[in-house]
Amino acid sequence: MSSKYDYKQLGLMSGLEIHQQLDTKEKLFCGCPTTLRDVEDSNFEFFRYLRPTRSEMGEVDRAAAEEAMLTKQFVYKAYDTTCLVENDEEPPRELNPEALNLTLQIAKLMNMDPFDEVFTMRKIVIDGSNTSGFQRTVLVSTGGYIETSQGKVGVGVLCLEEDAAQRVEDKVDSVIYSLDRQGIPLVEIGTDPDIVSPAHAREVAETIGMLLRSTGRVKRGLGTIRQDVNISIARGARVEIKGVQALDLIETIVEQEVERQVNLLDIMEKLQSNNASVPGDIVNVTNLFNQTQSKVIKKALKRGVVLALDLPGFAGQVGREIQPGRRLGTEFSDYAKKSGVGGIFHTDELPAYGITEQDVDTVREAVGARDGDCVILVADLEDRAQGALQMVVERARLALKGIPEETRRGLPDGNSAYMRPLPGAARMYPETDVPSEVITRDMLDSIELPELLPERKARYMEELGLNEELAGIVASKHLELFEKIITEVPGINPTLVASAFDNGKHSALDTPYIDSTLVASTLVNTLTKLRRESELTHDFDIDEVESHHYVDLFKLIVSGGAAKEVIPVLLIEIAQNPEKDIEDIAKKMGLGQKRIEDIERSVENIINQRIDFVKEQGIGAVGPLMGEVMKEFRGSVPGKILSNILKEKIEARLNSSE
Amino acid sequence: MTVEEGDSVLVKQGNRTFNGVLMPSITDNAVIKLINGYNVGFDPGNVTMELAEKKQDVQAATVELPPHDPDLPNVSILSTGGTIASKVDYRTGAVTSQFTAEDILLAIPELTKIANYNARVCYSILSENMQPEYWVRLAEEVYNEIKAGAAGVIITHGTDTMMYTAAALAFMIETPVPVVFVGSQRSADRPSSDNAMNAICAAKVATSDIAGVTVVMHGTTSDDFCHIHKATKVRKMHTSRRDAFQSINSRPLGRVDYPSGKITTYLDHARRGEKELAINSNIEPRCTLIKYTTGASPETLLFASANYKGIVIEGTGLGHVSTEWVPYIKRTTKAGIPVVMTSQCLSGRVCDRVYDTGRDILKAGVIEGEDMMPEVALVKLMWALGQTRDIDEVRKIMTTDMAGEITRSSRT
Repeated sequence: MSSKYDYKQLGLMSGLEIHQQLDTKEKLFCGCPTTLRDVEDSNFEFFRYLRPTRSEMGEVDRAAAEEAMLTKQFVYKAYDTTCLVENDEEPPRELNPEALNLTLQIAKLMNMDPFDEVFTMRKIVIDGSNTSGFQRTVLVSTGGYIETSQGKVGVGVLCLEEDAAQRVEDKVDSVIYSLDRQGIPLVEIGTDPDIVSPAHAREVAETIGMLLRSTGRVKRGLGTIRQDVNISIARGARVEIKGVQALDLIETIVEQEVERQVNLLDIMEKLQSNNASVPGDIVNVTNLFNQTQSKVIKKALKRGVVLALDLPGFAGQVGREIQPGRRLGTEFSDYAKKSGVGGIFHTDELPAYGITEQDVDTVREAVGARDGDCVILVADLEDRAQGALQMVVERARLALKGIPEETRRGLPDGNSAYMRPLPGAARMYPETDVPSEVITRDMLDSIELPELLPERKARYMEELGLNEELAGIVASKHLELFEKIITEVPGINPTLVASAFDNGKHSALDTPYIDSTLVASTLVNTLTKLRRESELTHDFDIDEVESHHYVDLFKLIVSGGAAKEVIPVLLIEIAQNPEKDIEDIAKKMGLGQKRIEDIERSVENIINQRIDFVKEQGIGAVGPLMGEVMKEFRGSVPGKILSNILKEKIEARLNSSE
Repeated sequence: MTVEEGDSVLVKQGNRTFNGVLMPSITDNAVIKLINGYNVGFDPGNVTMELAEKKQDVQAATVELPPHDPDLPNVSILSTGGTIASKVDYRTGAVTSQFTAEDILLAIPELTKIANYNARVCYSILSENMQPEYWVRLAEEVYNEIKAGAAGVIITHGTDTMMYTAAALAFMIETPVPVVFVGSQRSADRPSSDNAMNAICAAKVATSDIAGVTVVMHGTTSDDFCHIHKATKVRKMHTSRRDAFQSINSRPLGRVDYPSGKITTYLDHARRGEKELAINSNIEPRCTLIKYTTGASPETLLFASANYKGIVIEGTGLGHVSTEWVPYIKRTTKAGIPVVMTSQCLSGRVCDRVYDTGRDILKAGVIEGEDMMPEVALVKLMWALGQTRDIDEVRKIMTTDMAGEITRSSRT
């Protein structure tokens, strides 16, 4: 990546905040499962309003106050997997011990020494994302570090928190949230501002992610890990960019935020040398638009007004790009949207949107704008438009001073948009419904460090002979199940196989060759295929197959009771009848090793008879030959097995003849 | 120099230093509120603590109340200890309930558009510590407020025993104006509390045409409307939900939509100004409520009759106790102690003429509690015994509707 800037010289300071969901059985403060749901499956909804609580200083937190400006209705979708705790209709249960334990393990991985007693706190958040109006959070430790290529990076914060409800839909007057996610335990890991470059930011995120996945007990998949990035440059301000879901974006986010801050500083200098100012007088110019051709304005005027704001000395700056595709005007617009308007117009981009040159001239005259001024227009319901321009006044004044400290929302293109001011400390108080937890030496000593993913992957390659790709996927995604199978099924783990041979229990003749690659590939490839199939057909639910089923399945294969070719068919059968005994299923299907060998011989015969056709058609011969194969067995063998064998044999024949 | 709770301190643990405020602790650990707002605990054996700065008294913010609006009615708010407004001390984390008019109006500014308020603390107790004797003073205070011209009275009350107090006031006071009980199920220190909406709806009822004693609380789990319940027909039916208060053996009297404040009524009610203000607050607090359960010994009744002046039984089904209890009931009523039968079904009417046991119970002198809830029958019995000692008079009062507690027809 070619760097646009010398980050060192700019004084880049950056820290990451990583939120990782934990894969616990229950939520952090109730007995509900940590399962995500389809919004369509919601069986109940309700709505609430939130209002900021007041501190004894008579103040409300500035971020909370801004959110409260919008008296929005919050609609919550509930499920048969959520309860009154998520609904804020019942006090929370005690802190989930499984989650606390896992957090202590993570603390150990980050070289931390947890506090002797930890307390559940309420952090006020009144954007509706928590039904209570606060997020419950526990500071478990500070003062850790991780090793990186640029030296140690401090881990300043490790918190155990409840996840917020998922935002489903944003409307003008209401927001819809889904409660399945609320209360899922997550750890928040905050690094110190030791990150020195965009690439380093990415490395730190990857390292922390690897450490977390090494526990084998964190959630996987989109949305289960979210990164916030704190960024500042020496002359800029601290900005927190929230909700970066993909690691790939971190680098771009940092680069583009630096670009934004550099440009905003330049704009500030230009504005100062233009003697720009923000008097803040809002003028009603509705009557100038009585005859307007602009569809947007016509629509707004049915119930609303057009208000204008003159910004002396701002001409040319409002339309200036500060990030790819985003201007100072976009920042104004983000602020304005807080009062519910769809957006703003500014004269740096006009005439456009059906607003003519002449419209612009009359508006400029009406507000007394001179050359070098920029005029902002908003068309909407009167109090919304009024509120919007007041927000623009606030943001424009900040532009004269530099860069505001903000919480911003990460956008998919690496840009970010304004969310709210950075929250102050005045929003934290104890959750009196949840007792504190004392962390004893014994608890800490009993926590074992997990084998780290890279080590585990290397071990699987070396000891088990897995190829690199399989080893990597199994080590990070299927760890527990894989370990269970290879330890519990005799004859799979080569080290165990060796000892089995020593005991003379198995001989090479009557034991089919089963290695850990078969297990790994079943978990990685076969399962993925079956999952896709089950999502398409809904004939079976592959999640019905539990770990003990897999152990039984591989035991059966090792003992010769079923051939490895029938694994996919057996898995489907198990998913449909999870209570049945696998051996019975296999016996009923009559698909032992011997039978498969017979089938293979017959298939080979058919191929031999039609060898010219096969050579001519290549793999396309599978379809036409399938009919003959099916006729041979008359439904006594599932078609899926036959087609697998046929395909395998044709491929083998084609390869050998080349 | 020693450090005290509230002082800013420096805690040193190895080579790490933590800045914060010393907090109260219930374990042996030292609890510090760090600058980032989190509380954490240190084993005092592993750390040293130094004073950084003595605590300073924080000047409470003063707020200007809006001026008296002559176009708005005057409403009195009496507090018994339920929190309608509370504030959080973010420095120490303490939550305190507030009760000056300023505090309430600051927390719920919408109230200022509905009325002018005169707020006073009557009791400052947890609702489980409420006593029948306290009802008497509360009734007198309400009487005085109305006499002094209040257009309505709002009583904030903890939800646990609100139904007892509300029922008591319904029996004690004849009122030409609304007397409204209100509380909150979810603490007022949370942004999602039901306190504000309940208070706003209560203020709407207090300034409405609905005279008499009512309870105004959330109608559903949503912030959509409050129900207005008759004080003698309402019961807390859930430990924690917002819509815990339900009318039993009656529809709610009406509802208040939120945030519009629109009132709809479902039942007939006394209108503002129809009744003369009157108070009759004599009671006999020595009454008790006994629940009959399978295998319950009649000795319970024996003990009650030796120690109380009136007894309400929460019987099974239509109003039954085991045959074994019948002679003991007879002895009790013979001794001049009224025994009122209600049902643990809560919903429905008592009828002891259906089965033999019931007929025996009636012969033993039991007063049928009709469709009164057991708790309401208890409050009413205390009030009835405050009016007369004559058991026939008591029987007459107990079987006559005095404050909406008995309905002539059971509606589906």
